Amino acid sequence: QQVQEELNKQLFDNLVSFLRRSHSEFQEKTTEWSCRMKSREIPTAALVLGVNVTDHDLTFKSLSEVLQNNITPYVALLQAKDCPGIKNLMQKLMGQLMNCCVDVDSSDEEDYVQVSQHRIRCSMTSLISWYENITKKTDSETPSKKRTSRHLQSPPVVVIFKDMESFTTKVLQDFIVISSQHIHELPLILIFGIATSPMIIHSLLPHSVSSLLCIELFQSLSCKEHLSTIIDKLLLTTQFAFKLSEKVLQVLINIFLYHDFSVQNFIKGFQLCIVEHFHSQPLSVLCCQLVEAKKRVNSLSHSQCENIRRLPSFRSQVSEKQIALLTTDNFLKEVIQKLLEDLHVYHENYVPVLRCLHVFTSSLPKYPLGKQIRELHCACLENRVWETEEYESSLQLARMLNKSDLVTMLQKCVEIFVSSSGKEFDKVVEKLKEFLAQFQKLEGACQERGESISSQKELQKKTDLYHLQKTLLELKESRRSKKLTKFEMLRFEVVDFIDNLVRNYLVPADHKTLHEIMYFNTASALREHLNAAPRIALHTALNNPYCYLKNQALRSDGGYISNKAPDICIVYKLHLECGRLINLVDWLEAFSTVVMAVEGTNEDAAASDQVDDTIHARFIQAVSELELLGFIKPSKQKTDHVARLTWGGC
Amino acid sequence: MPNLEHPAYPAATLLRLESLVPCRESQVSMLLSIFGERQQFTFSSIFIYGHTSSGKTYVMQTLLNTLQLPHVFVNCVEYFTSRLLLEEILIQLQNCSSETKHASRMLCDTFNDFVRLFKQAVASQDLQDQTLYIVLDRAEQLREMEANILPAFLRLQELTDRNVTVVLLSEIVWELFRPSTGCFEPFTLYFPDYSIGHLQKILSHNHPPEYSADFYAAYINILLGVFYMVCRDLKELQHLAALNFSKYCEPVVRGEANERDTRKLWKNIEPHLKKAMQTVYLREISSSQWERLQRADGEPGQLKGLSAHAHVELPYYSKFLLIAAYLASYNPVRTDKRFFLKHHGKIKKTSFMKKHEKTSNHLLGPKPFPLDRLLAILYSIVDNRVAPTANIFSQITSLVTLQLLSLVGHNDQLDGPRYKCTVSLDFIRAIAR
Repeated sequence: QQVQEELNKQLFDNLVSFLRRSHSEFQEKTTEWSCRMKSREIPTAALVLGVNVTDHDLTFKSLSEVLQNNITPYVALLQAKDCPGIKNLMQKLMGQLMNCCVDVDSSDEEDYVQVSQHRIRCSMTSLISWYENITKKTDSETPSKKRTSRHLQSPPVVVIFKDMESFTTKVLQDFIVISSQHIHELPLILIFGIATSPMIIHSLLPHSVSSLLCIELFQSLSCKEHLSTIIDKLLLTTQFAFKLSEKVLQVLINIFLYHDFSVQNFIKGFQLCIVEHFHSQPLSVLCCQLVEAKKRVNSLSHSQCENIRRLPSFRSQVSEKQIALLTTDNFLKEVIQKLLEDLHVYHENYVPVLRCLHVFTSSLPKYPLGKQIRELHCACLENRVWETEEYESSLQLARMLNKSDLVTMLQKCVEIFVSSSGKEFDKVVEKLKEFLAQFQKLEGACQERGESISSQKELQKKTDLYHLQKTLLELKESRRSKKLTKFEMLRFEVVDFIDNLVRNYLVPADHKTLHEIMYFNTASALREHLNAAPRIALHTALNNPYCYLKNQALRSDGGYISNKAPDICIVYKLHLECGRLINLVDWLEAFSTVVMAVEGTNEDAAASDQVDDTIHARFIQAVSELELLGFIKPSKQKTDHVARLTWGGC
Repeated sequence: MPNLEHPAYPAATLLRLESLVPCRESQVSMLLSIFGERQQFTFSSIFIYGHTSSGKTYVMQTLLNTLQLPHVFVNCVEYFTSRLLLEEILIQLQNCSSETKHASRMLCDTFNDFVRLFKQAVASQDLQDQTLYIVLDRAEQLREMEANILPAFLRLQELTDRNVTVVLLSEIVWELFRPSTGCFEPFTLYFPDYSIGHLQKILSHNHPPEYSADFYAAYINILLGVFYMVCRDLKELQHLAALNFSKYCEPVVRGEANERDTRKLWKNIEPHLKKAMQTVYLREISSSQWERLQRADGEPGQLKGLSAHAHVELPYYSKFLLIAAYLASYNPVRTDKRFFLKHHGKIKKTSFMKKHEKTSNHLLGPKPFPLDRLLAILYSIVDNRVAPTANIFSQITSLVTLQLLSLVGHNDQLDGPRYKCTVSLDFIRAIAR
C-alpha cells in the first residue's frame, strides 16, 4: 500500500513537472511584456488548452503557482460560475488579490483592517489605491526581502479567466473596458483559458472591445501527446513494478479517446487499477522493486505459498520437480525468487526492444502496427506479435526501406539500447554498430561506383543519342539482374536481426510465470467502475430487485410479477407494459391485483371491488417515487394520465 | 472657420482650446454659448450623442479642463451600480474643491441621500457662484440602473436647487433613453462623424518631433487611403498609424529615399499596410507580435493568426454527438424516419424537396430538439453499439459548457431537456472528416 502512495506522488510530480515545462516558454514571454507595456491595450494571453476541461484545474493551479513564484505575487483565478455579474467578478478579484498580498506582507494589523474596509467598496478605484499602497510598501521593503526581489519592479496583476467560454459576454466586455481605462495605473495582464478555438474571442467580444486587447496565442500540448508521455513514463519503465495487462490498458485508452480526452481521468483510472490490484490479489505483496520482493518472498507464510501454487501460470510450469515444489515451502521460495528475477529481466529487456521496434514500425507507410508506441505495446501484450499479419506486412515493408532511413533508425536503436540498463544488450549494440559500419563501407563503395558510372557516362557523351539510350538501358538491366546487391543483403540481415530480437524479447506477459503478481487484468471490473451506466443500473434494480437486495424470496424467473417485491418494482414492471400515456386508474387496478394475488386470504376485500386505503397509499407513493426517478411525468393532454419518459432500449 | 469668442473667458485660453480640439469648433462654440458665464444658470441637463470616437469625451474633458470649470467626470461603465456611481460623484466633488481634506467615506444608497449630501458638499465649498458640471460618460448604462436614476439626474438642478448641470455622453440617440413614465427633456447636441478631411487633419496633428509635419501628413494620407474603406474609428486609425510609421520611415532611415520621395515610400509601405489590414486590424495577431515581426522582417507566414487555429480536437463520441445534434437541429422531425431507419418506405420526390428544405432550414437557424431524439440519432449514426453510460451524458453537458450546444428552456427541468446546436456547417464538416 505504501508502494501505491509512492506511485501516486510520483505520478503527480511527473504531471506537474510536465506542465511546468510546457509553460516555461510562456512565462518568459509574460515577463517580456510586462516590461514594455504601452498604449491602452491590455496584454492578453489566450491559452488554448483543448477540450479536456477536467485537466484544466491542475494546469491553472500549477500555472498560477509558477507565476507567483517567478513573476508576480498578484495572481487571481476567476471562474465563470463565480462571476454571473460584473459586481461579483470585481468582488472575487479583489478578494483574491488582497488575500494574497496580505500573505506576502505577513499581515500586520493595520493593513488587515484597511483591507476589510476596502472590501465594502469594490470598484476599480479602490483596487488602484490598494495597488499603489502595496507597491509603495514593497518598494521600501525590497532590500530587506528576498522574495520580492525576485519579482519585477512593478509587478503586474495577472488575472486568469479559467473558462472563457462560460463567461457571459457582458461581464467580460465591461471588465475589459474598465480595466483598459486604468491600465496606466494598474498594470494588468489577462489570461484566457480557452477550451475550443481562439475564434471564440472574436465571437464573444465585439471589435470595439477586442481592439483594447493585445492578444497573443499560446497553444498547450494536445492531450493525446500528453497521454503518450504519461504512458511512456508510467508503463514503459522498469521503475514501477505494477503493470497493466492489455485489456485493461485498452479500456483505459478507449475511455480516453472515445469519451473525455481527460488525462486526469486516465490517471484516476490507473490509480483505481492499483487499488483494485492490491485489494483483490493477495499476492500483490510481491509487487514491488526486485530487492524488496526477494526479501518479502522469504517471509511468505504457508497460506501465501499455497496461493502461489494455485496461480494458473505457475501450475503450467510445475511439470518437473512437481513434488518438491508442491510440498516444501522453502524450495518453492527459491524458485519464486528466481522466477521473479526472470520477470524483472524480461521487463528490462522488453522496453528497449519495444522502443526499437517502434522506431522501425512508426516510419512505415500506413502504420501496420500503429503510429503510437501505446498501440504497439498493446499489440505485444495481446499475443505473440510475430504471429500477427500486421507484423508480417510491416516486416515486408521494412525490407523495402531505403538506406538513409535505415541508417538513422539503426542509430536511434543504438541510442535506445545504450541508454537502457539491460545487461544483455552489449552484444546487440555491438551487432548494430557492426551493421552501421557495414553501411558506411557500403556507402563509400556506392559512391565509388557512382563515380565510375558517371565517368562512363561522360565517355559516352561523345557518342550519339541512340547509343547513349541503349547503354543506359543496358546499365539498368544489369542493375536489375544483380538484384541482391550488397546493400540489399545487408538490409535483409538487419531486418532478420530485428525480427530475432522481437521473437526473443517481446513475448507477451501472459506467457511468463508469475505474471499475475505484477499485472492487473480484470478489465471487466474496471469497465464496470469507470463506465457507469446509470439507466441500466436503475433498470436492473427495478426489474430484478434480487440483484441488489439479495433476498431469496425475490428470486424470480422473470415473466410474472412477484408481489413480494417492493412496491416500486411492481409499479415499474407494470408501467413497462404500457404505452406512452398511462391511465392511473388502470394502473392502480393492476397494482392492487398483483398485491392482492398472494395476500389472497381476505378475499372479501377483493370482492368488494373497493381498493384498500393502504394499497392506494402504497400505490401513490410508488408512483411518486417513479416520478422522482424521472420515469414518468404528469401529462396535460389527458386527465388521470401520466406520460412515460423512457423507452425500452436502455 | 468660426473663431471661438466668448466674453467670459480670456482670448488666450480660447485660442489654446481651439488648437486642442480641431474640427470641433462649431460644437465647442455652441457649448460655450450654452454654458454662458461662470455664474449663470444654464440648462439643467445636456445630452450629447454621436458615433464611436467622434470626440465627445475628449472635447468635454478638454473644454472643462482648459476653462477650469468645476466639474465631475464619471464613467458609467466603471461604476456599475447606482450606489457606486453616486458615491464616486460625491468623492470627486470633495476632492475637486479642497485637496487638504481627506475624502471621508460616505454611504449613499439612494438618490435622496445623494441630493442631501450633494447639497452639503456644494454648500461647504465656494461653488455657489459657479456652475458645477457633472459629466456622465457612457450614459446608456444609466438605463440599466434603478428606474429613478435617469430622470433624477435630468432634473438635478431643480431637485438640489443649486447651480448644477448634468452632461450625458452617449453613443445612442435620446429617443432610446426616454423612460416610459416621461421625464424632463434635456438639451440634445449631436456630434457628427469626422469626415476624411477631418481625420487627416486630426491624425496629422500630433506628428513625431523627428520628422516634419508634411512628411507625416503624407504618411497619414497613404494610411487613410488604405484603411478608410474599412475603418473610420479615429482611435483605431491612430493606433494603426503609430504601429506602421516605423516601417514607413525605414527607407528614409536607411538613406534610400528622402522625405519628399513620396512615390517610393508609397511603394514600400502599401503592401505592408494591406497586410496590416488583414491581421492587426482584425486583431488576428497582436500589435506586439506585429512589431516583433516588423523588427525581424521575417516571413509573416510563420505567425498564424487566431483564426488559423480554428480546428478543435474532440473525443470520438463527442464528435458523433455533435454531428447528431447538428442533424437534429437542422432536419425536420418527419424526415428522421427516412434518413435514419434502415427500412424506410418510400423515397419519392426527395431530390427537389430536400434541396428546398435544406436551404430554408439553414436560413432559419437551429431548432431545439429533445434529448431522446439526439440519442436516437446518435445510435443510428454510430456503427457499433453505444451504451448510454454516464460518460455520454456528461459529454453532452460538457459540450454545453463549451458553447457548442446550448440548452433551451429552463435550466432546472430534469425531464426532457431540450438543446440547440450552435455550430456552423463548416465546423461540422471539419469534424466529420
